[in-house]
Amino acid sequence: MSITESQVVPAGTWTVDKVHSTIGFAVKYMAGTFQGSFSDIDAELRDGTLTGSARVSSIQVKDPNLEAHLQAPDFFDAQRHPEITFASKEIRREGEKLNVEGEITIKSHTELVQIAGVITDPISDPYGGERFGLQLEATIDRTAFAINWNNPLPSGEPALANQVMLIADLQLSKQA
Amino acid sequence: MDVLGISGSLRRESHNTKLLRASGERFRERGVEFEIYGALKVVPPYDEDDDAEPGPQAAENLRSAVRAADALFFCTPEYNSSIPGQLKNAVDWLSRPVGDGALRNKTVAVVGASTGMFGAVWAQAELRKVLAAAGARVVDGEVPVGHAHTRFDERGRLIDEDIAEQLGAVVDLVVDELVPAAGEQVTA
Repeated sequence: MSITESQVVPAGTWTVDKVHSTIGFAVKYMAGTFQGSFSDIDAELRDGTLTGSARVSSIQVKDPNLEAHLQAPDFFDAQRHPEITFASKEIRREGEKLNVEGEITIKSHTELVQIAGVITDPISDPYGGERFGLQLEATIDRTAFAINWNNPLPSGEPALANQVMLIADLQLSKQA
Repeated sequence: MDVLGISGSLRRESHNTKLLRASGERFRERGVEFEIYGALKVVPPYDEDDDAEPGPQAAENLRSAVRAADALFFCTPEYNSSIPGQLKNAVDWLSRPVGDGALRNKTVAVVGASTGMFGAVWAQAELRKVLAAAGARVVDGEVPVGHAHTRFDERGRLIDEDIAEQLGAVVDLVVDELVPAAGEQVTA
């Protein structure tokens, strides 16, 4: 059974602890899963609405050549589309499980996404504040956002999958 | 607006250089300055040991010319189903340093000519791929000029109207790409 969002997430304004939070992605590439993350992120829960963003220029992978390529027009086109953004439209909760519906914008293309997540209840942290955790996962089709790059394997099959998992592991601190 | 033309063929009577000149006329009709880079042949082979400050003069000249241009217009022949070596070598120089090469975010277009029937389509596709990998903004237009030796008159002027129209369409794509870029916020 679902209940309304005013009851499912903590009331008030909560902002992301950037040091202890991660927003990243995982995508099937050749024989395994390739992962990356963004170091410059923002997220906020305000009056039941979750918003977030990541700076494309802060993308982190293990190869500097690939970092440069990911920011190029072939992929995110950081010059023209410097940010990835998200805003929730509806949040539902069953126990610790969340279902979030919202709009994500990548490369200036906005799509509705369904996000599955887990929420923790607020705790008192060692810094005298309150915080809670959110783990969110959504799968998007990157080609819907005009990220179409690929390269064939020797078999002729594409090396890079179109389905990309977005992963956010967030700690949000209560604002006074 | 300045567009720099680069021919992948080095020979004097190159069909691709003729095609580049025809492209230049189209750019000038649109009020865009157009110049052909004439010193591709003297760019040395890319060697990371040589890629220092200052680098080889011929490579620095190429980089400076590309950085100064608003867009690049490539005409490439096809050698052994791919890009001529000297043209790929130029792209390699222009792709470095990683993340800050002269091609990064540069608007580029690729067309091509060959004396065979396919008009350098594979070379064009490969050139688009490597330019995009170097961070360029590759416009989505293609002009495969097959049987290139039949497409120009004795003075080197393009005489095929269909090809002239296709060429004009790619030129328009480049110009249209550049017009909104003038007012854009550049954050990278």
